[in-house]
Amino acid sequence: MRILVCVKRVPSPGAKITLTEDGSGIDTRHLGFTISPHEECAVEEAVQLAAAHGGTSTVLTLGPPTAEEQLRNAIAMGIDHGVLLPIDADEWDPRAVAGAITDAVRTLEDEDGPFDLLLFGNESADAGNFQVGVRVAHALGRAIVDGVKGAEVTDGEVRARRSIPDGFTVHTLPTPAVLAVKEGINLPRYPAMRGRLAAKKAAIRQLPPTPRDGGLRTLRLRAPQQEQTPTRILGSGADAAPAAADILEEVGLL
Amino acid sequence: MTTVLTLIEHPDGTLARTSREALTLARQLADHAGQPLHAAALAPVPDEVVKELGEFGASVVHAIEHPELDADAAAPAIAEALRQLLDELTPSAVLGSASDRGTAVFAHLAARTDLPLAANCTAITPVEAGWEITRIRWGGVLYEDAHLDAPTALATVAPHQVVAAAASMPATVELRVHAPVLDDDLHVTRSVDREELSGGVSLATAPVVFAGGRGMGSAEGFAILEELAGLLGGAVGCSRVATNAGWRAHNDQVGQTGTRVAPDLYIACGISGATQHWVGCMNAKRILSINTDPEAPMVTRADDAVVGDLHDFLPALVAEIKARQG
Ligand SMILES: Cc1cc2nc3c(=O)[nH]c(=O)nc-3n(C[C@H](O)[C@H](O)[C@H](O)COP(=O)(O)OP(=O)(O)OC[C@H]3O[C@@H](n4cnc5c(N)ncnc54)[C@H](O)[C@@H]3O)c2cc1C
Ligand SMILES: Nc1ncnc2c1ncn2[C@@H]1O[C@H](COP(=O)(O)O)[C@@H](O)[C@H]1O
Repeated sequence: MRILVCVKRVPSPGAKITLTEDGSGIDTRHLGFTISPHEECAVEEAVQLAAAHGGTSTVLTLGPPTAEEQLRNAIAMGIDHGVLLPIDADEWDPRAVAGAITDAVRTLEDEDGPFDLLLFGNESADAGNFQVGVRVAHALGRAIVDGVKGAEVTDGEVRARRSIPDGFTVHTLPTPAVLAVKEGINLPRYPAMRGRLAAKKAAIRQLPPTPRDGGLRTLRLRAPQQEQTPTRILGSGADAAPAAADILEEVGLL
Repeated sequence: MTTVLTLIEHPDGTLARTSREALTLARQLADHAGQPLHAAALAPVPDEVVKELGEFGASVVHAIEHPELDADAAAPAIAEALRQLLDELTPSAVLGSASDRGTAVFAHLAARTDLPLAANCTAITPVEAGWEITRIRWGGVLYEDAHLDAPTALATVAPHQVVAAAASMPATVELRVHAPVLDDDLHVTRSVDREELSGGVSLATAPVVFAGGRGMGSAEGFAILEELAGLLGGAVGCSRVATNAGWRAHNDQVGQTGTRVAPDLYIACGISGATQHWVGCMNAKRILSINTDPEAPMVTRADDAVVGDLHDFLPALVAEIKARQG
């Protein structure tokens, strides 16, 4: 079984996001980088499925050369191969990203045969375009289900549980198939020391993508207005209970 | 004349709130462009919904009729039905809500038409050569202004960011049937089964949420939050640290990759208030934070706070509630 998982490098902001002076992006000078929790789960799912069914897993990202860090982190979790689609910018628009990923999948499949499963995050952590996986699946003529919180693979079929507001719907897809995964499908592992050492040395395949215009161009980012009202301190422990109970009464809960 | 088209949803026979919000944005766009507003909906469209669509300014309602297009329909099938309607109407813009279904259908519509798609928009205005849109990023902590260059604008509208407002003049509605021709393979991802989440007060709609984070210390530590939720008819929520530690199921997670809540009161216990958690609870009417650290963002952003150990405060709160409940 061959599995490909797609991840996106994003800044890892703390309690407050600071923008660059011209508003063109996030000020990342003091920030680390990460991937969306949905994608972390997609990586974990790929590692588990490849182990359970026998096979190999590959992680792919389109991003700046520094995005190698995210590929190596995935390899440290147990992914076998890493593929980087290097670009000059921090990100491309979702339609362009999908086009480039589709090209890369075709190249990789021409070389080593089809992937049984392509895994995406349900949405990227920063842009949240909710579409890259669907566009790739459509271009390749494969079935996709989004919001996937459970997946079982049997001969030529994937049974996926899709999370909806009040429960789950169940879907069956023929392989090769595509899933857009949500956090909660599994508990991603913390990479072991051995994996991290192997990841440091792993060779990363470079596949420079063809530049294309997607149609959606960021002009600026803005932080919404936030009224900061002073916090009322009720106390420091047990002494605060009566004041807290008063709030419950005010809100109509007591 | 070209139109602005809106895909609407009517679960339980009423127009969804998110659809009203999308219609409001679509009507502004239509008025601005001097074009009629049309709505599309899966058939059957109840009379009540047709009437309401008129109140929101839709002059034509396209009822999409196909035996496979029901509550279990596959997103690509709905998207293809919509694409065929686009062929017929050549609208200038197609809007929907960024609901569970709307999000999936619009991604498939964008893929099938190879048009750009702006997801989770809060504003859309025609400008020279395209549109300027505003959309939310990072689950709602940031806004992005972007230029959309496309022959037809595709956009989903972010839930609860636009205030739904009926048109000043209700429209007289013409109901048309749209019967798409759909290939069998469009239905492969139809849902074949449903599982409902069992019992209890739903996190998304609970009037009060007791949420715990790293400061709870253990899975057992959450028992007191369960007790409090039980006493007041609330729900228990948690931070991602609690989920990742295996203390709580992911269904309890509040935040960007968990559930968005908007209770009357949100009580955050041992949660620092990272942006990704904050976007999940910022719509609560009132927030009470329990934290040993007076500088924690959850404390500085809260309405009220207890600066101290939650293990001292929570048992005292249980006792106080029981005393007052008598
Ligand atoms: C893309 C992305 C998406 C994410 N999505 C989510 C999401 O959906 N939901 C989410 O929650 N997180 C999410 N996160 C993670 C988020 O960034 C934080 O790591 C997480 O919210 C922190 O959880 P916490 O507040 O429980 O832990 P911490 O940040 O470690 O905070 C623990 C707090 O408890 C206080 N404390 C400790 N002991 C006590 C005590 N005895 N009494 C009182 N207070 C005490 C401490 O002072 C501290 O403020 C996401 C991250 C990324 C990168
Ligand atoms: N630059 C990228 N490189 C690789 N995968 C990506 C990239 N951008 C998005 N994806 C994948 O597509 C999913 C959906 O992204 P989006 O459509 O931006 O919300 C993400 O969770 C990733 O799995």
